[in-house]
Amino acid sequence: MTLNVLQHQFVPKHSKVSDSDKEKLFATHTIESKHLPKILITDPAISSLGIKAGDVIKIERTSRTAGTTEYYRLVVEG
Amino acid sequence: MADHTKVLNSYKKKLPPSILEEIKDLFPSAGTDKKLTTVLDSTVQSYEDAKINPGECVGLVSAESIGEPGTQMTLNTFHLAGVAEVQVTTGLPRIIELFDAQKTIKTPMMEIYLKSPHNKLENIGKFAARIKEKVFGELVQEFSLNIFEQTLTVNLSKELLDNFGLAVKELVKSLKTKAKGFNIEFEENKIIFSQKGKTEEIKDLYNLKEKIKAVKVGGIKGLKQVLPVKRGEEYIVLTAGTNLKDVLALDEVDTTKTVSNDLYETFAVLGIEATRQLIIDEVYKVIESQGLNVNIRHIMLVADIMCANGQVKGITRYGVVSEKASVLARASFETPIKHLINAALEGEIDNLSSVVENVMINQPVPLGTGLPGLVTKMK
Repeated sequence: MTLNVLQHQFVPKHSKVSDSDKEKLFATHTIESKHLPKILITDPAISSLGIKAGDVIKIERTSRTAGTTEYYRLVVEG
Repeated sequence: MADHTKVLNSYKKKLPPSILEEIKDLFPSAGTDKKLTTVLDSTVQSYEDAKINPGECVGLVSAESIGEPGTQMTLNTFHLAGVAEVQVTTGLPRIIELFDAQKTIKTPMMEIYLKSPHNKLENIGKFAARIKEKVFGELVQEFSLNIFEQTLTVNLSKELLDNFGLAVKELVKSLKTKAKGFNIEFEENKIIFSQKGKTEEIKDLYNLKEKIKAVKVGGIKGLKQVLPVKRGEEYIVLTAGTNLKDVLALDEVDTTKTVSNDLYETFAVLGIEATRQLIIDEVYKVIESQGLNVNIRHIMLVADIMCANGQVKGITRYGVVSEKASVLARASFETPIKHLINAALEGEIDNLSSVVENVMINQPVPLGTGLPGLVTKMK
């Protein structure tokens, strides 16, 4: 049995942001990819997504203050 | 009953889900869409007013808000639920441990949740006994050393063997590597070691006795103590010592809820987002248990900073402080000479874009009204 970490209560939903959504995200916040928080490519939570360095990961967290929030991380080489 | 879903959905971009949910619950179902819109509009107004302004020094406010209650915290480690052996680090020492992201923590612990039916009273004890890390010394009733025949006889406790579900044959197997140069015979609840060949050295047998005492014979590595407790309707196992990876691999374990309080272990097994959540939960637990009241947003901010780089970074000179762009800002935290010399050697450039370095050189800091610049149209 391999462990599915995504089922754990601490691990929010991770999903890959498509290239067009990526452009939109950068445009709305007037940022570049280097301004985003990072996530290592070796992170167990994104190992099943088939990502490469430079991709952007969308994280849908449950938050105590806002219900749910969206957060973005840039995939970097460990 | 009027359906307000459509109106509520149109405000999804402007208000967070928790507020929309609250309005949905409180707004009378007989109310009109127009009234709901009025309510929502004024909520948006209040929400925008409550937002932090650009240029507000949130980090400083967080530091003060966590630091001040920190002075009132106790310096205790508490005993857990009346069991003398299981200690829990709380209060200021635990907060320091978490914010510094220390590699080895004082009281590593796990909360192991189990799937039904293993979480019932009659099954929990057996499971707890099984996962506990066991050393050979615990199982021994008596060591007897026969000096004339040069043998060491080990009498094992039958009760403990049954409890832990261990067979003598398996024990001998795990002891073999440590007892090289000895013949091993065994019968029920008894293991006999004798010297191979003829030596007069009785010391070897003494050494062997001490050596085999520490041999691990079963259970999960690292789980030094186990304690089944009732949590709500079900029984869970608290452990001293952690091994998240191996515990989550067990079939009986509920992998959605089981947690460890070790940041690095959580990071390795569950990833950076889980670590962020763990930092928030653990810090908030300490603050709550001390009867203090700190807004969770402050803790979330600190946790975000610690996890921003994809790895866990403590608030120390080796962690987040070492990542600051400015030499002067790094030098102002700890070990100034080291930072200044290294910066001089490397020819580092300081753009004076942050707060501390501007304070040092007596310039307005980029905070609040100091942040925006003025642009004028020249003719």
